[in-house]
Amino acid sequence: MSTFFKATLLVLLAFFWQLTLAGIQRKVTARIHRRVGSPWYQNFIDLFKTWSKSSISHGFIYDFGVLMALGGTIATLIFVPAGHIVVFDKLDNFFVIVYLLAVGSLGMAMSAVGSGNPWASIGVMRALTQMLAYEIPYIMTVFGIIYANKTASIHAIAQAQQTMGILGWNMFRMPLGVIVGFISLMGMLGKKPYDAPIAPAEIASGPLVEYGGKHLGMLMLQHEFATFVEVGLFVNLFLGGGTLIAFLIKYFIVYILATMIASVVARFKIDQLVVFYYKVPLALALIQTAIVIFTGLGVSIWL
Amino acid sequence: MALNENEKINEIDVNELDCRDTLTFWEKFGNIFRSKSIWMLHYCTGCGAMELPPTMTSRFDMERIGMAPMATPRQADVLLITGYLSVKTLRRIIYTYEQMQNPKYVVGFGSCTLNGGVYYDSYAVISRLDYYIPVDLYIAGCMPRPEAVMSGFKKLMDMIKKGEALGWKRYQKYYDWYKKNQIRALGEVYVKDEFHE
Repeated sequence: MSTFFKATLLVLLAFFWQLTLAGIQRKVTARIHRRVGSPWYQNFIDLFKTWSKSSISHGFIYDFGVLMALGGTIATLIFVPAGHIVVFDKLDNFFVIVYLLAVGSLGMAMSAVGSGNPWASIGVMRALTQMLAYEIPYIMTVFGIIYANKTASIHAIAQAQQTMGILGWNMFRMPLGVIVGFISLMGMLGKKPYDAPIAPAEIASGPLVEYGGKHLGMLMLQHEFATFVEVGLFVNLFLGGGTLIAFLIKYFIVYILATMIASVVARFKIDQLVVFYYKVPLALALIQTAIVIFTGLGVSIWL
Repeated sequence: MALNENEKINEIDVNELDCRDTLTFWEKFGNIFRSKSIWMLHYCTGCGAMELPPTMTSRFDMERIGMAPMATPRQADVLLITGYLSVKTLRRIIYTYEQMQNPKYVVGFGSCTLNGGVYYDSYAVISRLDYYIPVDLYIAGCMPRPEAVMSGFKKLMDMIKKGEALGWKRYQKYYDWYKKNQIRALGEVYVKDEFHE
């Protein structure tokens, strides 16, 4: 019963916090563009409006994929520890989260291709290519963290960073790793330099091209939950988690920083993106992992 | 071919007929959200397209009233017919309008959508938009300035909130009438082929 209660609490927290932040993000982008911008609750209105519209179906796979994406992402979400809310203690393994997160992406890919629109196929192809690009440097860095901590449990990694105060965070112990992690995070979130999959001006929103009404609303919600998983993972791995309040503050800073970078840059083409990820972040990740493994510096540099 | 004045197509005027019936609680509730968040289709037909970039960007900032451009008709709520509409474009407009999801609204810009404007007797341009798709709101001017466009959008929001923007219901209810007018302007097309229609 307690597990159920905690899981519900976590999903509600993710819903309200991330949707509020998505509204604030629009406001921040607008201020950087010297506009006024929409109110902070605009994303709630958008979501409820899409649910109040009618929608069409392109067949069973189209409907099922949307549900699979949303359900898979919620299932991933309750494995991510947020401050003191750890739903499945000792089961919040990094590999579980990474594998479950793919269920959401694959559900959306399946559903988008099931709609039969060629733009959707191109968008899905780009999304999966981008996934292949950012995951290798990211996993490489996280392997360094897992090797140093001798555990893959997210909660244990977050706890281990809190022993030495702020200098114990992996951000300061592994400075190259956090750069790789942040660049990969921007790719995961689909923020501006890495938003090739949903390029409205080229391929009409890519995978989302055929979605309207309720289907679109569910996929918007899936995107917000996936954002919570990805940013939450980053905060726990590199910024030391902390109490719930500290977790949410760190989350806010990371997300708004990514937004501010995204609002002033242009879009990569998909081939440039893959080449970039395989050149710079992968090289940094290899150097970081080599330092951790061969010298132990990343583990005990500040001691 | 375009309609001319001699052909009598307007036996009934669907704009006179009332589509309004009692709104349920959930429809009223939904109308509040629909009026606060309007996504317009990023598609423009004529000169009025020039007025939209200033409306969207820093000076007039459409996003502050909850409007955003959308790239695909499935996601859009409002279709803007910005200026004159040639017969060739009319077919795309009808495809686009029918692809949009159901509470959907049409806004006509300028005099061309009302009576043809300077193209009132052209063979290639339609003279009245609301013979073919239901128009909820016209914005006056040739072309309307961004202030007028913003004011029109606020008016559309009020209409949606009060449940008066019922073009989509009219299109469902009097589909035969609209279809007849569309076929008369475009001719019957059996094979939907982009290049040999």
